[in-house]
Amino acid sequence: MGKPLGTLVAFGLALSLAACGSDEAPERATGGDGASTTSGTSSFPATVEGTNGEISIDDRPVRIVSLSPTATEDLFAIGAGEQVIAVDDQSNYPPEAPMTELSGFEPNVEAIAGYEPDLVVFATEPGDLGSALETLGVTALQLDAAPTLEVAYEQIEQLGLATGHQAEAKTLVDDMRSRVDELVAGADPSGGLTFFYELDDTFYSVTSKTFIGQLFELLGLENIADAAGRGSGGYPQLSAEYIIESDPNLIFLADTKCCGQSPETVSGRPGWDQIAAVSDGGVVSLDDDVASRWGPRVVDLLLEIATAADAVEAQAA
Amino acid sequence: MSTLASSVSPRSRATLIGLAVLIAAILAGLLIGPVRIGAANVFRWLVSLGGTPAGMSEQEASILTELRLPRVIVAGLVGASLAASGAAYQAVFRNPLADPYLLGAAAGAGLGATIAVGYGPAGAIDVTVPIAAFVGALVGVGLAYGLGRSSLGGRAGTSLVLAGVAVASFLTAVQTFLQQQRSETLRQVYTWILGRLGTTGWDDVWLALPSVALAVTTLWIVRRLLDVIEVGDVEAQSLGLNVTRLRLVVVLAASLATAAAVAVAGLIGFVGIIVPHTVRLLVGGSYRSVLPLSVLFGASFLIIVDVLARTVVAPAEIPIGVITALVGAPFFLVVLRRNRRAT
Repeated sequence: MGKPLGTLVAFGLALSLAACGSDEAPERATGGDGASTTSGTSSFPATVEGTNGEISIDDRPVRIVSLSPTATEDLFAIGAGEQVIAVDDQSNYPPEAPMTELSGFEPNVEAIAGYEPDLVVFATEPGDLGSALETLGVTALQLDAAPTLEVAYEQIEQLGLATGHQAEAKTLVDDMRSRVDELVAGADPSGGLTFFYELDDTFYSVTSKTFIGQLFELLGLENIADAAGRGSGGYPQLSAEYIIESDPNLIFLADTKCCGQSPETVSGRPGWDQIAAVSDGGVVSLDDDVASRWGPRVVDLLLEIATAADAVEAQAA
Repeated sequence: MSTLASSVSPRSRATLIGLAVLIAAILAGLLIGPVRIGAANVFRWLVSLGGTPAGMSEQEASILTELRLPRVIVAGLVGASLAASGAAYQAVFRNPLADPYLLGAAAGAGLGATIAVGYGPAGAIDVTVPIAAFVGALVGVGLAYGLGRSSLGGRAGTSLVLAGVAVASFLTAVQTFLQQQRSETLRQVYTWILGRLGTTGWDDVWLALPSVALAVTTLWIVRRLLDVIEVGDVEAQSLGLNVTRLRLVVVLAASLATAAAVAVAGLIGFVGIIVPHTVRLLVGGSYRSVLPLSVLFGASFLIIVDVLARTVVAPAEIPIGVITALVGAPFFLVVLRRNRRAT
């Protein structure tokens, strides 16, 4: 019993962690290499840079299948929604996205091919999805979990290039950049507020090396999980007693959907009433989905974090 | 009768050592953690019976009372349950590799937990998962016992084990299927399976204590009969032992203990095998010693492993199920080798 179970467990954990965004994504295009310099005129054939290398797209795709919730959000945000014919079972935003039974975790190549797509966008690759699709003559673009905001922007621009919506993609990225800049400028760098980011109710967290961790760093918030970071791949599981001792000013719950957590359940945990965030109303519910994606709504997340930090700061003042 | 005088004394000495080790393990469990609370403070807290003695912050007292103490107790209960169940199974199935999960308890618990996580109310999983795991473990063993028993004959033990393997495979397949249907809950199911003493509180103590107490007491009482059944069904029968009934009692008790352990701590492998065998290597094969010492050493072992789980990479945690085998396997091999050299 023990051994196969262990392997299975390790695999499952890796898979689910990957779904939360990885900080060790392979090399990818970082812009400025000519791939995304043009805007306005949409030209095909186009060459697009994905995690799986350079992809050439001959004609403007009109039957796109997205197996990545982030890519789905990107595609709709740049006006390519009408070209999308199917999205995976986790792509629940925007609501008009044509959600299907297709799975991005356990992709079924035959089922995907059944939609006769001319472009498939995916994030994680448990099997050898990309080359399997290539064999069937389907163009496949992999956009892996973004390790930084820059890469997230780059992915949007690459999707613009791939779908003939370069101008919209550029506008979106510019808008995101300026909103992020504004929030960062508005943050109090000397705030010294500490926070605990809760990935699930067994206290898995994120360090500042992860995509999500970097957002907090931008706002000058101090992450209590950083002390536990080494050797954890950026996602350490914290001891409850350490969290209590660290006494963070803010607790962000990214497990409201998965695990039904809320400020109420947190205050009911043994010993947690000792934490400043719990006694002073600094426990913030986030949307698990938004918090685990690297699409356009990441700016809304940043706004939510900044607002919560401001509120706690104002209360202390 | 002269053997009685000479055999009682080493056995009670072993029991005393076992008790001393357990007390040391409990103290270590209370003293050591990612947060430094001075030894003097911990002892003053102990003397105050869980209050907040002067000179100690409320936060420290709360860490000891609300987190460390229940964690130590649950680790002890789980370790004792798994070790005692493993020892008893090894006797009634006459199989040195028998472990507490032999008859489908783990697979049943896994299925129960998966259903609770994937299909139960999201806000209540703290409550629903342990209960579903507990029920699942009992259902798994019940199925294995019911199906395996009907093909009795002289090889009742073997057919039970085979039925257990079949039931476990089937339940695991169902569990995997359900889990893939709800891939968004994968992560939760796996963290649960890996062992979860990290969130242990008093409610887990109260959940596990009644079953563990009842089951371990039962196994303790029948420990002499385990020596008889280990010889063989026919021989035991000829000595007037109702083999079927004893096996049923042992399976019931061991399953109850295992179900309680799985419910509060997830799947923790290896304890049920190494602890009883280590005890055998130290004091010989009689269950009059093996069972009580398995209880004591099983509890101590898991308490110590849990200390490692929360300190080695502090302030992060390592899932306890990973460490039991990582620490347990080399330790067991050392005992095995030293023992062979001695004989």
